[in-house]
Amino acid sequence: MSETPQPALTPLFEVFVRSRRGLDHIHVGSLHAHDPEQALAYARDTYLRRGEGASIWVVESQHITASQESDAASFYDPMDDKPYRHATYYTVPEDIDTL
Amino acid sequence: MQQSQSQPIDREQFEAKIQAEEKIEPKDWMPESYRKNLIRQMSQHAHSEIIGMQPEGNWLTRAPTLKRKCVLLAKIQDEAGHGLYLYSAAETLGITREEMIDALHAGQAKYASIFNYPASSWADIGAIGWLVDGAAIVNQISLQRTSYGPYARAMVRICKEESFHQRQGYEIMQTLAAGSKAQREMAQQALDRWWWPALMMFGPHDGESAHSAQSMLWKIKRRSNDELRQQFVDQTVAQAQSIELRIPDDDLQWNADTGHYDFGAIDWDEFNRVISGNGPCNRARLAHHVNAHHEGEWVREAMRAYAERQS
Repeated sequence: MSETPQPALTPLFEVFVRSRRGLDHIHVGSLHAHDPEQALAYARDTYLRRGEGASIWVVESQHITASQESDAASFYDPMDDKPYRHATYYTVPEDIDTL
Repeated sequence: MQQSQSQPIDREQFEAKIQAEEKIEPKDWMPESYRKNLIRQMSQHAHSEIIGMQPEGNWLTRAPTLKRKCVLLAKIQDEAGHGLYLYSAAETLGITREEMIDALHAGQAKYASIFNYPASSWADIGAIGWLVDGAAIVNQISLQRTSYGPYARAMVRICKEESFHQRQGYEIMQTLAAGSKAQREMAQQALDRWWWPALMMFGPHDGESAHSAQSMLWKIKRRSNDELRQQFVDQTVAQAQSIELRIPDDDLQWNADTGHYDFGAIDWDEFNRVISGNGPCNRARLAHHVNAHHEGEWVREAMRAYAERQS
């Protein structure tokens, strides 16, 4: 093992872009930057070269807690057996189109 | 907030966005009264979702079948979720959840007056879903186009999820209306009890509504109280006819000239009585919320203690 200290990794940031006012910010990808301001500038240069957005959010990837896809079966299990949460579960008289 | 020097340009840009049907987003400059008006309306909307769980929760343990119980539970669970969407959206305006709850408990913030009525029979659960959620949906569909971005997006989510609420209520009424004489009467009585309060949900007539004019100018509100109420009446009449229930209004009549139903006068004395705190359940609803909040204090305390220990 070498004694040379590893250089600190440049933090990874996740980038979210609002394409138009009124819409949600949507995840578009990630990039490396030294600080949030730099990440914003990089995000602009990387993801918005053609005016794809009205607003950018950046957040350091390490601050994101994600659900595990491998646990999906049990994590979402309680949602799968409740068809009555959908409007189509209920029968409405044929002459009524306002429900 | 920006300094007053920059305000004329800020205000111009704000008005221009509103005119252009663009949304106002949390970090945009906005007049203080726009912010206050939204906080009032959105927190009232959020409180309504939460307080609205009470009349229905009252029937969870007495739902007639396991299926009905599951459906009702799922609906009430949605209402809690919708309250949370709205509190979160309101928090983007710089008010905290705690401040909103305090205002509710202090009687400074209101919630929809309809929830101060009791759900006295199982048929009332049908009437609430059909009429109360039905009226709320008419209002909320128009609010999907409200000018404040986070509010509009919360409305889109809520409308999508609520599509089953009105149908499950209507199906309860449909089932009772097609049942025995006693069940049919139960359904009719529930309609009698909830019809007029449901019409009052849209608020005072346009000329007498305290916040309407400014809210319409700022496109917080997109359609007037009376327009929304008329749409609700127009679509509900056919729904009642289809299951052969009678809407309790002798003046209800199709008007071929206007293309709408004419309907009788709303009892505004009752409306004012309930809104000013003297409906059948006002004190009980608020007391229940205050108690539940206080009884939950040990959970919040334990969470704070745990977080401190972790850090």
